Amino acid sequence: MTDIAFVRSEIEKAQPAPRSQTGLVAWMRKNLFASVSDTILSVIAILFLLWIVPALYGFLIGRAVPPGGTVEQCRVENVGACWAYIASEIEFFIYGFYPMAEYWRPNIVFAMLALIGLPLLWPSAPFKVVNAILFFVVFPIASVVLLSGGMFGLRYVPTEQWGGLLVTLIISVVGISLSLPMGILLALGRQSKLPIIKTLCICFIELIRAVPLITILFMASIMLPLFMPQGTTVDKLVRALVGVTLFASAYMAEVVRGGMQAIGRGQYEAAAALGLGYWRRMGFIILPQALKHVIPGIVGNFISLLKDTSLVYIVGMKDLLEAVKTKNDAIEWASPTQSVTGYIFAAAVFWVLCFSISRYSRYWERRLNTGHKR
Amino acid sequence: MASIDTAQSPPRSFSFNDPVVRGVIYQVVVAVLVVVFLVWIVNNTAINLKAQNKTSGFDFLWKTAGFDISFTLFPFDRTSLYWQAFLVGLTNTVLVAAIGIFFATLIGFTVGIARLSSNYLVSRLATVYVETIRNIPLLLQLFFWYFAVLKTMPAVRDSLALPLDTFINQRGLFVPKPIPDEQFVWVWAGLAVALVLWLVLRQWAKARLERTGKRFPVFLGGLALTLVIVGLVWVVSGASVTFDPPVLNRFNFKGGLELPPEFVALVFGLSIYTAAFIAELVRGGIQSVSHGQTEAAQALGLQDGDRLRLVIVPQAMRVIIPPLTSQYLNLTKNSSLGAAIGYPELVNVFTGTTLNQTGRAIEVIALTMLVYLILSLGTSAIMNWYNARVALVER
Repeated sequence: MTDIAFVRSEIEKAQPAPRSQTGLVAWMRKNLFASVSDTILSVIAILFLLWIVPALYGFLIGRAVPPGGTVEQCRVENVGACWAYIASEIEFFIYGFYPMAEYWRPNIVFAMLALIGLPLLWPSAPFKVVNAILFFVVFPIASVVLLSGGMFGLRYVPTEQWGGLLVTLIISVVGISLSLPMGILLALGRQSKLPIIKTLCICFIELIRAVPLITILFMASIMLPLFMPQGTTVDKLVRALVGVTLFASAYMAEVVRGGMQAIGRGQYEAAAALGLGYWRRMGFIILPQALKHVIPGIVGNFISLLKDTSLVYIVGMKDLLEAVKTKNDAIEWASPTQSVTGYIFAAAVFWVLCFSISRYSRYWERRLNTGHKR
Repeated sequence: MASIDTAQSPPRSFSFNDPVVRGVIYQVVVAVLVVVFLVWIVNNTAINLKAQNKTSGFDFLWKTAGFDISFTLFPFDRTSLYWQAFLVGLTNTVLVAAIGIFFATLIGFTVGIARLSSNYLVSRLATVYVETIRNIPLLLQLFFWYFAVLKTMPAVRDSLALPLDTFINQRGLFVPKPIPDEQFVWVWAGLAVALVLWLVLRQWAKARLERTGKRFPVFLGGLALTLVIVGLVWVVSGASVTFDPPVLNRFNFKGGLELPPEFVALVFGLSIYTAAFIAELVRGGIQSVSHGQTEAAQALGLQDGDRLRLVIVPQAMRVIIPPLTSQYLNLTKNSSLGAAIGYPELVNVFTGTTLNQTGRAIEVIALTMLVYLILSLGTSAIMNWYNARVALVER
């Protein structure tokens, strides 16, 4: 019985998976060539990539004129993007007609936006209350004083001279920070039990949402001066801000309402049973849950607002798009690819802004996910 | 002992803590503020208009417009009236919106399904498309198509020739124009009859399926029926379609159908932009149908096609259709951006030229807004009806 020659005391190591199941070949077989139709699609996609990637590379980098090049280099046959044009006009794209000697003023505003705004977006940064006061009270006042001047020995710069990315950012930041609170108020009004307030809110929201932003901007720029008492003039930038904010707040109201409707009646009743008044019920119980539900919608609205700021061009404001379009017609940089390069530059700026906002919202969604989602 | 009456209904003293009382007070305050605000605005406007010596009223609609419109569906010239200009703008808006909706749906559904493809390259390409297009303003895209692409096309003399006698140059897209002869009405009539028969066939097939359990290939049958009827009518009536191709003359193309670059750029921009949003809706809608539904359908023994047609698609469509309509509405509203590239749609013709010429700002803007308001409210009324029809019936 004891003549067993060999007893295994350890489990033998598992053999590696067959070659056909691992590595690049298997991945390709699974993801690219799983079936006949898949293979056809893959071949078409590869051919498309083989055509588009070299073409894009050649245009954007290979045949392009780098910053610092001359206009003659851009004026040859079959030239790529003329980055030299962008580089030489970059100041106009950022500041518009803002006086060159005063560029430090918008620069300080940009720096403040980054230094005060970014920590606000970073959840674990300290001093949130101080930071919020700085951003919502000190920053706007300081920015207005700095940008328009006329006091403390600063030269007065009328808003007609502001332009480019500066105006785009001003309209977006103001629109975003005003439209969310206004939208929440409108949504509360729409859900209210008081018939007059409810009707007013519904009429406002539905009217604004039914018409295109252009007509609202036309209304703000043409009719607002008519509505004001004689002799008062409303600054053009303020008119655009009023139009954009009204428009965005109506959309925001609908998003917030969606979130409020997603909350069970039990929450409303429990809050009332605790003896909380209306504003505490809403502020402490309902809105925190409702807003969490609709972060993607709110951020989607922010992104649309940022993109929609380009429409102020139509009512004669000088934003980034207007700056690019104006310079695209400039004779001194006239070249075959001038306007394409200009629009690609503007598109890249908008894309980076919008895409980073949407990534940031993904981050908050994950952070606020309390596991209630199915 | 107090009387029972007073015990049951305690005297309601006036108290500011009573929510009902407070509600009434709040509303009265808001209503008074709104009325005062409106009166203030109307009063200011009246004073301002008087100061500027401007008249008001809609009588200008029956005056001669005195301007020309580059792209119209029906005759319009300098002697036409303002209401005709309004109509031209309206039809141009509807035209570009309808064509844009068609292409946006086509591209959007293709890209949305491609994003869910198991093919790595296809789904990645679709993602890149959606993420790029969604994050760039529509106006910028329109400018790109119009100023950077179509306006830099070769001059008329060196037009790019595309297949099927189509040419593209600075002045737009030139396509052959189909000219049906007089007999062609019969073909249309035949098509209408065939479509009615198709519906009848569908009803019959459904009834037979429920009675006997036998299936009938309705789609193929209907298609064959239509082709045969239309073909027969075409041959018998002797109808014919001739194509009038664009021919390069000395200075411009003669004949054919000329689509101005503004129109082409607007259709391009609107369809490509809206398609990115539709693709996301389609993806979300299909993903919202849980995998259990597919398995349950398989367990019931449904064929592949039926599983999609009867189980997956109806449930996905319930999620997709409401936001899809609002995308269609967005596209219609966004067509107003055509004003920026000179496509003569409602905002361009009316809020632009007409307002500048007549100075009747309030009337013109109100009329423009009214058109969009009617379009939106009409769409949402239809949507509510549809939602009520397809909503889950919960007990």
